[in-house]
Amino acid sequence: MSGEAAAGMAGAEKNLVRVAKLKKYFSTPFGNLHAVDDISFDIRRGSTLGMVGESGCGKSTTGRLLVRLLEATAGTILYDGIDVTTAPERDMKTLRTRMQMIFQDPYSSINPRHTVASLIGEPLRIHKIVHNTTEFERRVRELMDTVGLADRLYDAYPHELDGGRRQRIGIARALALHPQFIVCDEPVSALDVSIQAQILNLLMDLQEKLGLTYLFITHDLSVVKHISEDIVIMYLGQIVERGPTGELFDKPLHPYSRALLSAIPLPELDTRRDRIILKSEVSSPIEPPPGCRFAPRCAHVRPECTAADPALREVSPGRFAACVLAERFL
Amino acid sequence: MDNLLEIRDLAVHYYSNRKVVEAVNHLSLDMKKGTVLGLVGETGAGKTTLALSIVNMIRGPQGKIVQGSLRFNGKDILAMGRQELRGLRGKDIAMIFQDPMTALNPVLPVGDQIAETVIRHEGLTRAQGWKKAEEMLETVGIPGIRSREYPHQFSGGMKQRVVIALALACNPVLLLADEPTTALDVTIQAQVLDLMRKLIRENGTSVLFITHSLGLVAENCDEVATMYAGEIVEYGTVDQVFGRPLHPYTRGLFGSLPRLRDSQRRLTPIPGLMPDPTALPRGCYFAPRCPDKMPVCGEIHPRDHLFEGHRVKCHLYGGNGREAGNER
Repeated sequence: MSGEAAAGMAGAEKNLVRVAKLKKYFSTPFGNLHAVDDISFDIRRGSTLGMVGESGCGKSTTGRLLVRLLEATAGTILYDGIDVTTAPERDMKTLRTRMQMIFQDPYSSINPRHTVASLIGEPLRIHKIVHNTTEFERRVRELMDTVGLADRLYDAYPHELDGGRRQRIGIARALALHPQFIVCDEPVSALDVSIQAQILNLLMDLQEKLGLTYLFITHDLSVVKHISEDIVIMYLGQIVERGPTGELFDKPLHPYSRALLSAIPLPELDTRRDRIILKSEVSSPIEPPPGCRFAPRCAHVRPECTAADPALREVSPGRFAACVLAERFL
Repeated sequence: MDNLLEIRDLAVHYYSNRKVVEAVNHLSLDMKKGTVLGLVGETGAGKTTLALSIVNMIRGPQGKIVQGSLRFNGKDILAMGRQELRGLRGKDIAMIFQDPMTALNPVLPVGDQIAETVIRHEGLTRAQGWKKAEEMLETVGIPGIRSREYPHQFSGGMKQRVVIALALACNPVLLLADEPTTALDVTIQAQVLDLMRKLIRENGTSVLFITHSLGLVAENCDEVATMYAGEIVEYGTVDQVFGRPLHPYTRGLFGSLPRLRDSQRRLTPIPGLMPDPTALPRGCYFAPRCPDKMPVCGEIHPRDHLFEGHRVKCHLYGGNGREAGNER
């Protein structure tokens, strides 16, 4: 364990988060549900990793595992060299000031009976960051200013605010403890496009100003393209493709990524594309049979696809795909 | 007559706590036969209220159509009696709602729900109705044998396909599709829309396609109407509106979108929020957020201005300001 931690320290300059062979199984009456099944990836310090996939692909579970809102079944998550999965509770308390989370639904993720000030100040109180009310008020107003909440909303209640402003409360709460790393779990999915743009701009400004590292989880590919340097595409608990955003969008290598990208409706006129329409639907994540999870829907399926899990391998420099045919799409 | 639907000066209000919510305001819109009209706008713009008005389903006492007329195939919908409306809904005008989970009856097999509709509207026997239900399910790619199953036994995408089968079972003339794919994942959305397009083309159905996604409009619609604070602020063919959006709000919507093709980092959001529908501003409803605001905009509510069939409700194009030709 200590050897691994040391190894993590050595690589600490570049990668803030290193995830290796991470698994999360949930037990159900019908067997184990493989929510996250053996995934590995790194997040570079100060960058944004976009994690995309459809409902049930395990992206939110991964986000929760990273900040230890869920306990991992197996694998390691090194945060600045410290293994989050095994850190004792007293270390976790310090770690949690450095890694935070922004949730999808600003309507259900904040307590409706607290005022804006008390919501934003809650982490300060819990971690005993501030020692008196003047300090509390000063810090809360500072945070409100950072996320663009008007001063007059200090004593307002969430129901008086629209979704965009509520999400700003969520962001201010996450920033209260000066974190380095924030897991953003679909932070703009519940918002209208004009408000969504405001929040995305805010998140990018904050990253620039505070040097934050993001894991940005979303099902919206236009958003992820816009905000991330690198992208991980998940399907049924596994990573099917990983690579730099631009290259991945230009030339997706996994048949699932190809179908996913071709399915995005574009608000442009001159784009009659060849859309790949997938057959059937996602198969069950409960005790999945060996082999590629995408094989039942794949147009290019071969006998070897169902024999064993295809490894996520480097197909060309920096481009990883878990498909035997990936070279074909290079 | 080539207009299937004519909406004139429609106003719908909701009443709550002595306040009046002006959800739809003096709205006029025509739909031609066989077209797919996209209705875009943000939450609270009044899109769903408009759709519900078309089938006279605004619930009283809190909701009321206070003004205007709705003509479907020349007949006044608001003057129709209960029986006539029942014959219209589900037969000539069908609806697909956003959430398939709430559109289906959870305690009835899906086949039953389709059969019920065709038995009622087409006068089929029970056996014929079930046969038709199975056929419709097959059309949307669900094995007919599953007609005895209940909604919870289907996935979200399949449930939405059941809803489509139900909506199209009686060959409607007009389909009101209210965010039909918003609850679905993109690959499933692509499947469902592909199917919808095919069925619509085969039957020559007209569609009012309500969505907040400009991408879906570009790919599925012939015409598009932008709705803001209960009004249609811009209306034209998809080529006209996407080729050159005129209204500052429509342009703002395009600016807010993260584009797949561009590499620009900053988005240009529309500042501020939609006005409170219980206290709409005196002049143009969009004026408080508008980057091109002129003094007149805060005073006088703009009229519709027309450019080659492309309609826009904005003072910029009314001789008070710049002409359309000077834009962009």
